[in-house]
Amino acid sequence: MSELNPLPLEALHAELGGKMVPFAGYSMPVQYPMGVMAEHLHCRSEAGLFDVSHMGQVIVRGADVANSLERFIPADVVGLGVGRQRYGVLMQPDGGVADDLMFANCNDRFFLVVNGACKYQDMEILKAGLHDCEVTLLDDRALLALQGPKAEAVLAGLLPAVAEMRFMDSLVFDWMGAELWISRSGYTGEDGFEISVPEDRAEEFARALLAHPAVAPIGLGARDSLRLEAGMPLYGQDLTPQISPVVAGLGWSIARARRAGGPRAGGFPGAEPLLQELMDGPANIRTGLRPEGRAPMRAGVELFHSLEATAPIGRITSGGFGPSVGAPIAMGIVPAELAPGTTIYGEVRGKRLPVTLAKLPFHTPRYKR
Amino acid sequence: MKFTEEHEWLDADGDVITVGITEHAATQLGDVVFVELPEVGTTVAKGDEIVVIESVKAASDILAPLDGEIVEVNEALVDNPAAVNDDAVGSWFFKMTSPAAAEMDEMMDEAAYQAFIG
Repeated sequence: MSELNPLPLEALHAELGGKMVPFAGYSMPVQYPMGVMAEHLHCRSEAGLFDVSHMGQVIVRGADVANSLERFIPADVVGLGVGRQRYGVLMQPDGGVADDLMFANCNDRFFLVVNGACKYQDMEILKAGLHDCEVTLLDDRALLALQGPKAEAVLAGLLPAVAEMRFMDSLVFDWMGAELWISRSGYTGEDGFEISVPEDRAEEFARALLAHPAVAPIGLGARDSLRLEAGMPLYGQDLTPQISPVVAGLGWSIARARRAGGPRAGGFPGAEPLLQELMDGPANIRTGLRPEGRAPMRAGVELFHSLEATAPIGRITSGGFGPSVGAPIAMGIVPAELAPGTTIYGEVRGKRLPVTLAKLPFHTPRYKR
Repeated sequence: MKFTEEHEWLDADGDVITVGITEHAATQLGDVVFVELPEVGTTVAKGDEIVVIESVKAASDILAPLDGEIVEVNEALVDNPAAVNDDAVGSWFFKMTSPAAAEMDEMMDEAAYQAFIG
C-alpha cells in the first residue's frame, strides 16, 4: 500500500474534522470530533451519514446474468425479483469464501456491492468465471449510507418516494438530475438506506443530507461497533476463506433451491463440502460472547473451556465495546454444542477471564419490512 | 506538573508523585471504556507496563515513568473510565514514590510539552 487513493468526499471529511486513516487502500474517516461513542449512539437515536465509497460497486450485464452469478454465489439469484436485493457470499474457485456481498436485480443488469478490500480480487473471479457477462467495477460513483430511526424522514425530505421502500428494496431515483441507486439496507442494525451517487454530485448530495439537524457524519469506528452490536459479520474476521458461511452462521443465505435436493442444487465452487456441512450441522459456529467484566475481548483472543485447559476451543473474531449495550461484546467461533449461557474463558494479557455465550444480535434490528 | 514523551503528567507533592495521562493522550485514545490498575505495593521499574487502558478503538498501556513503588490507585476510574475523557488532568491513575524522583527535573514542563505535541 504505497499511495492512498482519494475518495470523492475527501474535502468534506476534512471540513467536518474527520480523523483520516488508511483503510482498504483509501484514506477514510475513522471518527469525527463527536467521537466513536457519541457517533454510535447518535446513529441509534437519530440518523448517521457514512461514506463507504471504498466499497466496490459492480455492474454485471448479460443474457442470463442471474444464472451466471449463481455459479459463484450460493444464493437464490434467479428467484430475486426486479427492484429487490439479497445478501450472499462469493465463492473463490478453491471453494473458500472470497467475499460477502449484496446483489440487486435492476432489471437489465445486476448491481453488486462488495467489500473495498476484496473488490479487485472479486473482479478477477467474476471476470474469469462469467465469460458470458460484462462485468464492470465502477469508478465514477460514491456510496453513502444513511442509517438510523430518522433516516427515512431525512431522505424522504429530498425524495418522498423512498418512504414507500421496504427493507431490501433497491430502486433508481432522480435527484435534481442525478441518478441515485438506493437500497433500503445497511450495516448498523437500524433502518436506513445505502445510496450510490454519481461522484460529481456526491458532495452536494451529502451536504443536503447533513443539512438536516438529525444527521451527523459517522466514521468507520462507530460503523464497526454498530455492526458488531447488530451481530453482522465482517469479511476478513468473522468470515474468511477458512471460515465457511455455515460456520459463520450464514447458512440462511444459501437458499433451499441451491441446497441438496433443490432445483438448482450446488453448481458453485466448494458446493459438496458446504452442502454436506449444512446438512450435518457444523462442528463449530459463530456465536455472540459477553465478557463478564469490563475488559473488552478483541479479535484474536483465544477461548478455553476452563481456567486450566491447555488447548483453546475457539477464538474471538470480532470484539470491542458496545456503546448501546453499555458493556464489552464480542463474536467468536466455538464448538457448536456449546449452548447460549455457557461460560467459557478468554485469555487477555495472560489472564483467563470469564465470557458467556450469548445469542446474536446484541441489538435487535429495526428494519422496515 | 511535568510531562513525559509517553503523554503522562506527573505531579509531585512531597515524596508522593501522582500520575495521569494528558488531555492530548485522552483525545487520541478516544472514549475510554476500561482501566486496569496495578496493585498498591507493587514495585515497578521505569518503562514497565503498569496500567491497561482500553478505548472503544484500541488497547494501550501506561508505562511507569520512574522506578519506584505504587502507593495508591484511583479505583474510581475502574467504575467510571469515561472520567479520563471528561477531565484527563483531574483523573489520576496512581500515586507512587520513587528513589529517582530527581529525574522529573529533566522532564518537559507544560510549555515544552505543548511544543512537543505541536
